Amino acid sequence: MKKLIKYNLLDIVRNRIVLAYTLLLALITLSVFSLEDNAAKGQLTILNLILYIVPLVCIVFSTIYAYNSVEFIEMLLSQPVRRKTIWLSLFCGLSGALSLAFLAGLGVPLIFLDQSRTGILISLAGVFLTVIFVAIALLAAVKTRDKAKGIGVSVLLWMYFALLFDGIVLFVLFQFPDYPLEKTMVGITMLNPVDLARIMILLKMDISALMGYTGAVFREYFGTNAGISVSFLALTLWALLPFYFSLRNFNRKDL
Amino acid sequence: MEPGRCKGISLIFLLTALQVFSSAARTLDAGPGTQLLRISYALSAAVHGDTIRIHGGEYHEGNIIIDKQVVLLGLGRPVVDGDHLGEIFSIKADGVTLDGFRIRNTGVSGLNDYAGIKIYNRKNVIIKNNILENCFFGIYTQYGLNCVVSNNVLRASQGREQLSGNGIHCWKSDSLIISGNSITGHRDGLYFEFVSHSLIWRNISEKNNRYGLHFMFSNDDTYASNVLEGNGAGVAVMYSKNVRMFHNTFRDNWGDASYGMLLKDITDSYIQGNYFESNTVGIFVDGGTRIQMYRNSLRNNGWGIKITSSSMDVKLNYNDFIGNTFDVGTTGNLVLNDFDHNYWDKYEGYDLDRNRTGDIPYRPVSLYSMIIENNPPALILFRSLISTLMDRSEKILPSITPESLKDNYPLMSPLKLW
Repeated sequence: MKKLIKYNLLDIVRNRIVLAYTLLLALITLSVFSLEDNAAKGQLTILNLILYIVPLVCIVFSTIYAYNSVEFIEMLLSQPVRRKTIWLSLFCGLSGALSLAFLAGLGVPLIFLDQSRTGILISLAGVFLTVIFVAIALLAAVKTRDKAKGIGVSVLLWMYFALLFDGIVLFVLFQFPDYPLEKTMVGITMLNPVDLARIMILLKMDISALMGYTGAVFREYFGTNAGISVSFLALTLWALLPFYFSLRNFNRKDL
Repeated sequence: MEPGRCKGISLIFLLTALQVFSSAARTLDAGPGTQLLRISYALSAAVHGDTIRIHGGEYHEGNIIIDKQVVLLGLGRPVVDGDHLGEIFSIKADGVTLDGFRIRNTGVSGLNDYAGIKIYNRKNVIIKNNILENCFFGIYTQYGLNCVVSNNVLRASQGREQLSGNGIHCWKSDSLIISGNSITGHRDGLYFEFVSHSLIWRNISEKNNRYGLHFMFSNDDTYASNVLEGNGAGVAVMYSKNVRMFHNTFRDNWGDASYGMLLKDITDSYIQGNYFESNTVGIFVDGGTRIQMYRNSLRNNGWGIKITSSSMDVKLNYNDFIGNTFDVGTTGNLVLNDFDHNYWDKYEGYDLDRNRTGDIPYRPVSLYSMIIENNPPALILFRSLISTLMDRSEKILPSITPESLKDNYPLMSPLKLW
C-alpha cells in the first residue's frame, strides 16, 4: 500500500504538466501581489484562481491520468493486491501530488506575502477543492469506459459546479422572490463545494457587500467557529462521498 | 485724516471703554481655601457681570442654577460631580460663560433629559474647555441663540439605546457655533432639531451608540471638517434644506443598518470635499432634491452611493470612486440625476483623443447590484462566475439596469482629493 502510494505520488509529481501547473500558480500569485497595491484586490484574483482554475486543472488532469494508468492498474490486478488498495493509492497519489503542487505554487507564497488569517483559510480551501475534484474526476473516470467521453463528463461537471449550479440557484431565487430564502440558501450552498469555499473565504475577507439581513444570516452561520467546522465537515464529505462511490464502482467493475 | 487711521483710533476708544466697563465687575474666588466654599455660595454672592474663579477641588452640589450673567472660570479643572442625581449646570441667564470644568455623573431618567450643562431659552452663552464624563445628556441647548460650544470633551459609556442621551443636543436654537468638541459613547454624538443658521466645525464624534451626527428640520446650517467615525449607525440627516457639508470625514461606519451618511428628504444642499471611507453605504440618498455633490472621495465602501429613484436634480460630479464593492445602487429605472465627470476605478474604457475623459460612457450600476437590491438572498452568488458573466453582458447590452444612469464623461485618472 505504502509502496504503491509512493510510486503514484512520485510519478505524478515528476509529471511535466504538474510542474507547469505549479509554476503557473506561483507566477500568478507573485505577479498579482507585486502588481496590485491593494492586498484585498490581490486576494480577489487569488480567490478566482482557487475557485475556478484549480478545480478545472485538477479534474481534467486526474481524469486523464486515471485513463492513462488503466494498463498499470490491470498489471497490478494480476498481482496479489486488493482492488481497494490500488484505487486508494491512485486517489492518494493524485490528491497528494496536486495538493503539494498547489501548496508549493500558491499556498506557501500566499501565506508569506499576505500574512493574514485569510491567506491560511484560502490555502486550506484550495487543498480541499483539489482533493474534492480529484475524487469527482475518479468517479467520472470509473463510470465511463471511453476516454474522450470521460474527459467530456469531467469538464461538464466542472462547468456544473462553477457556473450551472449558480445559474439554477439564481433561477430558483427569481421564482420565489417573496419568500425568506436566506436560511435555505445556507443549506443549498452545502450542495456545491465551490460555493461553500467562496462564501467561507468571502466572509473572512470582503464583508463589505455581505450586509443587510442576508449578510447577517450568512455571517451568523458561516462566521462562527461552529459554522466553519460544519462547512469544513461538508467539504470533507464532498471529498469522501465521490471517492467512496468510485471505489464501490471500481470494486465491481469488469475491467 | 484718512479713513484707516480714523477706524484705528475709534477702535482704541472702544477698547478703552470696554476695559473701563469690565473693571467695574468684580472677580470672586471660590473653592477650598477661600471664603466661598461652594459654587452656589459664590453664585449667590455674585452680581451681574462678575467673574467667579472656581479653584480645583471636588464639588458635590447637586443642581447648580446660574441665573446671573457671570463668567464661571475653572482653575485647575475643578470637578463638579452630580452624584447621579439630576442635572448639574442649569444656565438661566444670558451671556454666561462656563470654562474649564470637569463635570460628571448626571442622573439618568426616562422622563427628564438630565444634562451636564443645559441652556434654557438664553442667548450669548459660551461653554468651552470643559470635560464631561458619564453624563446622560452632555450639553443641551433649548431655545438657545448665539451660543458657542467649543473645545469640550464628552465621554460616556452608555449601554442601551433607550436609556442613553445625546452628546451635544440642540433643540429649537439659532446661530450656534459648535466647534472643536470631541464626543464618544453617547447615543447620538451631535443632535440638532429645529436648529438654524449654525456652524458645526471641527468636531470629532466617534464610537457613539447610534448616530455620529443626527439632525432634523435644521435649515441653513454648515458642517465643516468634522470627523464622524465608527458610530453605530453612522450619520443621518433628515428633512432639512440649505445644508452645507464640507470636508467632513465619514469613516468605519460598518454594520447591517449603518450608513456613512443617510440623507432623507434633503433639498438645496451642498456636499463637497468630504471623505467617505469603509462605510457599509457611503452616501444613501433617499428622496433628495437639488443636492450638489462635488469633489467627494468615496473609498472602500460596500456601496459608494445608493440613490433612490425618487431623488431628482442630484448633481454628482468630480468625485472619486475607488475600491468600492458597488459604486452606485438604485431602486428603479427613473433617473433624474447627473453622474457625469467622476472618476470610477472600475471604468474600462479608453481615451483616444487624450482629453483625460473616457470616450465611452460608464455605467456604475451593475446588474448584480440590482439583483441583490430586489432579491437579497442572491447575495449568496456574490463574486461567483455567473454574476461576473452577467455583469459583463449587461455592460454591453443594458436591459435591466437603468439605461440613462451613466457617466458620459468619466475621468481617466483619479482626482486625488485626499
